[in-house]
Amino acid sequence: MTTAAVKPATMAQALQRAMRDAMAQDPTVHVMGEDVGTLGGVFRVTDGLAKEFGEDRCTDTPLAEAGILGTAVGMAMYGLRPVVEMQFDAFAYPAFEQLISHVSRMRNRTKGAMPMPITVRVPYGGGIGGVEHHSDSSEAYYMATPGLHVVTPATVDDAYGLLRAAIASDDPVVFLEPKRLYWSKSQWSPEAPTAVEPIGRAVVRRQGRSATLITYGPSLPVCMEAAEAAAAEGWDLEVVDLRSLVPFDDETVCASVRRTGRAVVVHESTGFGGPGGEIAARVTERCFHHLEAPVLRVAGFDIPYPPPMLERHHLPGVDRVLDAVARLQWEAGS
Amino acid sequence: MTVQELPGAVAYRPTPPPAWKPRTDPAPLLPDPEPYRVLGTDAAAGTDPELLLKLYAQLVRGRRYNVQATALTKQGRLAVYPSSTGQEASEVAAALALEERDWLFPSYRDTLAAVARGLDPVQALTLLRGDWHTGYDPHEHRIAPLSTPLATQLPHAVGLAHAARLKGDDVVALAMVGDGGTSEGDFHEALNFAAVWQAPVVFLVQNNGFAISVPLAKQTAAPSLAHKAVGYGMPGRLVDGNDAAAMHEVLSDAVDRARRGGGPTLIEAVTYRIEAHTNADDATRYRGDAEVEAWRAHDPIRLLERELTERGLLDDEARESVAASAETMAADLRERMNAEPVLQPMDLFEHVYAEQTSQLREQAAQLRAELDAEGEAR
Ligand SMILES: Cc1ncc(C[n+]2csc(CCOP(=O)(O)OP(=O)(O)O)c2C)c(N)n1
Repeated sequence: MTTAAVKPATMAQALQRAMRDAMAQDPTVHVMGEDVGTLGGVFRVTDGLAKEFGEDRCTDTPLAEAGILGTAVGMAMYGLRPVVEMQFDAFAYPAFEQLISHVSRMRNRTKGAMPMPITVRVPYGGGIGGVEHHSDSSEAYYMATPGLHVVTPATVDDAYGLLRAAIASDDPVVFLEPKRLYWSKSQWSPEAPTAVEPIGRAVVRRQGRSATLITYGPSLPVCMEAAEAAAAEGWDLEVVDLRSLVPFDDETVCASVRRTGRAVVVHESTGFGGPGGEIAARVTERCFHHLEAPVLRVAGFDIPYPPPMLERHHLPGVDRVLDAVARLQWEAGS
Repeated sequence: MTVQELPGAVAYRPTPPPAWKPRTDPAPLLPDPEPYRVLGTDAAAGTDPELLLKLYAQLVRGRRYNVQATALTKQGRLAVYPSSTGQEASEVAAALALEERDWLFPSYRDTLAAVARGLDPVQALTLLRGDWHTGYDPHEHRIAPLSTPLATQLPHAVGLAHAARLKGDDVVALAMVGDGGTSEGDFHEALNFAAVWQAPVVFLVQNNGFAISVPLAKQTAAPSLAHKAVGYGMPGRLVDGNDAAAMHEVLSDAVDRARRGGGPTLIEAVTYRIEAHTNADDATRYRGDAEVEAWRAHDPIRLLERELTERGLLDDEARESVAASAETMAADLRERMNAEPVLQPMDLFEHVYAEQTSQLREQAAQLRAELDAEGEAR
C-alpha cells in the first residue's frame, strides 16, 4: 500500500490507519459518530477520513448515541459495515438499549439471517485527568451481553490488527480503546502495518515462572512495569494480555497458570461484579489442582470513577500489583 | 409593551443574535387540524374502485386474522397476541402503500401489516407463539423483525433508508409505532436523523388512544402527534386511521415523496384499539363501554363497506366471497397453529455468533449430553 510516511507510531494513529485501510479496501465500511468528520474525532482517531473518503463514508451525525447506533443497525441490515464512534465511555450509555436489545441479538433472533457487522469504538478508562463521565471502564456491562465481541488492544500493533479484524467481523464488536494509551508509541511503521489479528487470542507478553499477571488494555503497561520491579525481588512474573474479553482465551490463560501455579488479575474496572471475578472463577474451575494460592484480583475500587485529582489513588498501580504478588505466598489458614 | 416602555429598560432595540434566521417555514409542515378523510366525502368519488375492493378484502381478512389469533391465545397456542382489531385500515394501508423493494419496520402490534405484505401468517406469529423470536428471513419480504422494545426500530428504518440511498437504490422504509412509543427517546432521535439526512422514511404513528392503560392526554401535551413533525423539519399529516382510502392515499403520497428524494414524513393515524392491549390486560379498568361503542360505530370495515355498497361495487355475492376467503385463511391458520412446532434445542447455540466461541462449544456439548440422556431415558 502506498502511503506517505508521517512517522505515525501512536495508538491513535494506528487506529486511524486501520479504519483508513479498511475503508479503502471495502466500500461498505462507513465511519460515523459525533465530530468524526471535519474535526477528526476529539482524539483525532478519525483524522482525515472524511477528507479522503467523503462525508457519506465518514459522517458527522446528530448528537444522539441511540440514534447513531440505531441507524447503524439499519445500515448493517442493508449491507454496510458501520464503524461507530462513541465519544467517551460514559456517553455510550444512551446507546445501550440499541446495543443490548438489537445489535447483540439480531443474528440470533433471525436465526442467522441478519448479522450485525458493526464495530462500536469506545474510548475507555481513566488516567488522563478527565472530568466526571470521561473515565469509566464499562467492559463488564458489555461482557455480560451475549452476541457481542469485546476487544481491547494494549499495544500499537494490536490497535491496528484488532481493529481491522473487528471491522471485518460479521458480528458486532465493542472495541474498547484505552484512551490513556492513545499517545503511546512503538516501532510500528505505517509503511508495513501489522497483520490482522484474529479476535479471541490472548498473548503472553512476558514469560515467567513464579506467577501469572492476567490483564488487558490500560493495565498492561502497569503489569509489565510491575514484572520488571518484581524481578528485583526474585519473582519471575509472566504477563498475559487478554486482548479479547469475549471470546475469552481460556487456553492461553490456563496454560500459563498451570505453568506458574499462581495468578493475579489486574484491571482498572471495579472489582465487585467486574471482569476479574469472571476471570478468577474460570481459572479456578479449570486449574484448581495447579494453583498454589487463590486467584487474586487487583482492580479499581468499587466507587464511581473519582475526580481527576484523586484518580491516582483509585487506579491500580505497580505497588498494588506487587502487594498482590506478595500475597501469593499464600499459606492455608493465613 | 415595547422594550423602550419597560421600566429601567435600555434605550436601544437589540438585534437578533447573529446566527438567527428561520431555517424552514413551518407553515407547510403543519398538519391540518382535522384528520384527513376520504370515505363518505366528495373526495371518495375520485378513488379507484379496484383499490377499494382490494383494501376491503384485506381488511376483512385482517379482521378475521385478529379474531383467530385472539382465539389461539385462549387455547394456549399463542403466549400473547396484541390484537389490531379496529386498526386494520391503518395496518393494511401501511403494507399496500409499499413497493416490493421497500422495507417495513413493524412493532409487535403490526403482525397484520406484515401478513398483508405477504408474510406467511404462521411465520408472522412465531415470536408470539414462542418457538423463536423471528420466524422469517427479514430479507425475503423486506420486513424487519417485529420490535418489542418501543420505538427502537425507528432508527433502524432511518439507517436502512439512508444506506439504500447511498447505494443509489430508490428504496423507502416505512416505520410503524404506537402513540406511547412517541414518548421514547428513539422516536425523537430517529425523526431527527431522518430529517437531517433527508432519508426516504415514512413514520406512521398509530394513535389508538392508549399505551396499555395510559391515555394520550397523559402521554403528550402536543396539539397532535403529527404536530411533532414540525420541530424536526418534516411535514406532519393527520389522518382518520379507520378510513382505508384516506390512509392509503396519505401513505402512498408520503412514500412517493420519499422515493423522489423529498425526505421523511410523519403521519398520525387516529384510530382505536377495540380489544384490550393484550389478553393479559383488563381494559375495563381504564375505559368505559360507551367510548368503545362509539368507536365500533366508526369501524374501518363498516366505513368501507358502506362506500362500496352505495357505489354499487359490492353485492352480497362479492361480500360472501371475501368472507369465505378470509375463512379459509383462518382455518388454515388454525390447523397449522395446532400442529406442535418442531423445536431444535441445539439451535440455541447456532446463531449467537458467526462462529461459536469455545465457551459456547462447551455449553453446546453439555446440552447435547443432556438431550442424549433424555433420549435414552425415554
Ligand atoms: C422500551 C419499552 N418500554 C416498555 C415496554 C412495555 N410496553 C409494551 S407495549 C406498551 C404500550 C405501548 O403503547 P403504544 O406505543 O401506544 O402502542 P400500542 O400498544 O397502543 O399499539 C408498553 C409500555 C416496551 N415494550 N418497551
